[in-house]
Amino acid sequence: MTTPVLLPTPRRLIDATIDGETVRVPEGTTVLEACESVGTEVPTLCYGDTLTPRNACRVCVVEVEGARTLAPACSRKLEAGMSVATDSERVRHSRKMVLELLGSSVDLSTTPKVPEWMERYEAEPERFGPRAEPAALGVRDARRAGEHEPGDGAVAETVEQPAKVDNDLYVRDYSKCIMCYKCVDACGDQWQNSFAIGVAGRGFDARISTEHDVELPDSACVYCGNCIEVCPTGALSFATEFDMRKAGTWDEEKQTETTTVCTYCGVGCNVTLHVQENEIVKVSSPHDNPVTHGNLCIKGRFGFQHVQRRGGG
Amino acid sequence: MRRSEDFSTSYDRLTRPLVREHGELRPATWEEALDRAAAGFRQGVDRHGPNSFGMLSCARATNEMNFVAQKFARVVVGTNNVDSCNRTCHAPSVAGLAAAFGSGGGTSSYSEVEDTDLIVIWGGNPRFAHPIFFQHVLKGVRNGAKLFVVDPRRTPTAEWADRWFGLNVGTDIPLAHAVGREILHAGLANESFVERATSGFDEYRALVEPWTLAAAEAETGVPAEAIRELAHTYARAERAQLCWTLGITEHHNATDNVRSLINLSLLTGHVGRHGSGLNPLRGQNNVQGGGDMGAIPDRLAGFQDILDAEVRASFERVWGREIQDRKGLNLTQMFEAMEEGELKTLYVIGENPVQSEPETHKTTARLRALDHLVVQDIFLTRTAELADVVLPASAAWCESDGTFTNSERRVQLVRKALEPPEGARDDIEIMCAIATRLGHEWERPAAEEIWDEVRSLSPMHRGMSYARLAELDGIQWPCYSEDSLEPSYLHSRLWSKDPEERGAPAPFGIVGHSPPVDLLDEDFPFRLTTGRRLDDYNTGVQTGGFSSPLRRGELLDLSPEDAAKLGIEDGETVRVTSRRGSVLVPASITESMRPGLVFMTFHFPHQVDTQLLTIDATDPIAGTAEYKAAAVQIERIGPRPGQQAPSERRDAPDEALR
Repeated sequence: MTTPVLLPTPRRLIDATIDGETVRVPEGTTVLEACESVGTEVPTLCYGDTLTPRNACRVCVVEVEGARTLAPACSRKLEAGMSVATDSERVRHSRKMVLELLGSSVDLSTTPKVPEWMERYEAEPERFGPRAEPAALGVRDARRAGEHEPGDGAVAETVEQPAKVDNDLYVRDYSKCIMCYKCVDACGDQWQNSFAIGVAGRGFDARISTEHDVELPDSACVYCGNCIEVCPTGALSFATEFDMRKAGTWDEEKQTETTTVCTYCGVGCNVTLHVQENEIVKVSSPHDNPVTHGNLCIKGRFGFQHVQRRGGG
Repeated sequence: MRRSEDFSTSYDRLTRPLVREHGELRPATWEEALDRAAAGFRQGVDRHGPNSFGMLSCARATNEMNFVAQKFARVVVGTNNVDSCNRTCHAPSVAGLAAAFGSGGGTSSYSEVEDTDLIVIWGGNPRFAHPIFFQHVLKGVRNGAKLFVVDPRRTPTAEWADRWFGLNVGTDIPLAHAVGREILHAGLANESFVERATSGFDEYRALVEPWTLAAAEAETGVPAEAIRELAHTYARAERAQLCWTLGITEHHNATDNVRSLINLSLLTGHVGRHGSGLNPLRGQNNVQGGGDMGAIPDRLAGFQDILDAEVRASFERVWGREIQDRKGLNLTQMFEAMEEGELKTLYVIGENPVQSEPETHKTTARLRALDHLVVQDIFLTRTAELADVVLPASAAWCESDGTFTNSERRVQLVRKALEPPEGARDDIEIMCAIATRLGHEWERPAAEEIWDEVRSLSPMHRGMSYARLAELDGIQWPCYSEDSLEPSYLHSRLWSKDPEERGAPAPFGIVGHSPPVDLLDEDFPFRLTTGRRLDDYNTGVQTGGFSSPLRRGELLDLSPEDAAKLGIEDGETVRVTSRRGSVLVPASITESMRPGLVFMTFHFPHQVDTQLLTIDATDPIAGTAEYKAAAVQIERIGPRPGQQAPSERRDAPDEALR
């Protein structure tokens, strides 16, 4: 029997060069994807494989020959004949600056790969001076646009503040937030469509906030945790991870990651269980899974405790 | 930190087998428990024959476990009395789809919902009950599809809709028939498809003729103009998806409801094409797979008819035992047979009928009447409390290997991530141990070996090796060979120009309207319907384990109009009484309810046992109970909520009221 087979629109192959090497990729490929295809590593922070690029962090910038400004590799499409440099002096300088500014003001201790990048680009965040005192809880959230007072240069400005622990499921530690917008996009029209969080404030005072800065239980949050899934720095984390890090027991080397299928409804979401010492400590979902695209609901993300109530019986 | 008030009872895992002695359950060794489990079954079969045995298999366990469970019933015991709580939700979808198309699965895929022109969600609230499916719906909406929602409640799903059709509970068939009639009268039917690919059209036309827009408006409460718009939009859409959940299937005439929706797809040709199809959304992780594996009384693995001698012969050759040439009892019939004393022994794996079946008292009494009840579960559920032997099991989704099949027919790998608690054993291992005691030396096979047996017997699973399932992120059935994949949608044959390829035409369902059994009258003037909330699940046994900030416990949702009429304030505890029972429950006033309609879940049976109110009128074809339509009255009990401590509120529905 004949049945129609759906084929994607055919894409023309184009030739370009990356760091002097010729690459041949389908039209529409981003510079970042082309770099990955030839094994050239480009650092990324705000890029998300399930999200539309926001071009917020600028750590992935590359130099396109003939272009006035550096281009973000995550969103710039490769064009025929384009010549891209990923490790030129301008690129290195720019990435160094991005890392230094972030490193001086944000707690990057749980952001993967940062120490390696700092070393590679010879970044010295400490040259801006000792870090300023963290703000008390709520102070940064109360700041109004236009009322920011510039510092005197004696200390490095910081976004640090106490972590927000207002529910049992997940913690928002905005000392670690680099304002990449990924959580906002995952919560908003790209995936979850709950619109519980957005960006409030301007400039250095900009921060991720619920509507009127209410606590999560009073917000539109439905605890799907799809913001945690995309957070690149650990600013958003499972309460289990937050508590274990605090207690010094979080140990990723001891963890296994096993992808299985959620136990609740019949949609069949793939869940990756992060297990340490036979306890589920975190749940994620594969970003390339055709059912979930990395998204889960409150039950899939947090509804695992019942299996590890091993108290007796 | 703000903690949500704990409305649920969280259970501890079972880690020791229990056996009943002098009326009480006491801990036992595995040896003793398995011996007693087997002895009870043996005695029952010896005295009363194999059909006095029933098996309730688990819609949340793996395909492999379900396959072994039905094999246990058919080979070790020799009966077809095997079923699962599939019966309590989606058996009508399977029955309806099978009657029309010959196979009981949804016809489309999630990705096609993103690539369609109209999405009709009929009797479902996927924003809460199937949130990740609803993300695909929202992708479709953002790609330009229209979204129509048919539901008595203005649900969170309906909030996203272009149009919401708030029909009266139990009037789905009049609405569907009126839509069909309007399509016909407007000349919008797909005549060539109807002629080539369907049968029974003349009867269908006569059937829907009385359902004018005005007649349907009077019965359903949906304005005639809205029904007309639904009909015209569905018929004119290039591609359209029709999705439903339990709002269609938890009725006494559920299979008829499903047929009435399928009729619309036949009339317009919205089936068997990319982007056009029918999607029943399944409520439990492996409801689809449990049925596909033959853990149902009338089908063998691969949805093969048990009445077909050739089919039976292929299984008999592999299994070395004759299979009874008649359908077994379904879950509902098993419970009736318990009352009539025909079913004497029952093996329940991972099911909790005491709390999931309607009319709790009746279910409990029937289970007590059994000679021998073995319950295998991860918790000591209300059902397990009644057992003669309780066997602690492992959790399928994270403590065993195997596969589940989802609502888009995708078979996906389940992988063991955790060791079960010490003392608990794998479901399949337990069944093998009992089978061995009953004279069938079953070595515990690896999950993949069981799966390969399934593949050898079920053509539609044949091409799905574990390696391929891992490589391709699961495979949708049917998959006949390891070298190929079928399209993501079913029944493209219906569009073939060649009559031979086209095969059997899909019959229109000639189904009439049958209003809810539990009639409204002056004493019971409110229609109670039930459903799920976002963060809780079924009887709360699983979701009770985590602290949800959204959880507010059981509530009676009612409209502002009814609240004003009865003088009820938000949060005030009221008495809800049906013809069967009475409960106390806090009221929640919400504009999502229409006057005359009230809503409860059954997530918090320890706080409020909603099943005391529901009715067990069942669908004669599929055996699903009418959870969605009870008649109730609501009374204020005062005093005002401010004068009551929360703990007293929670404790209020005590035994005296039952």
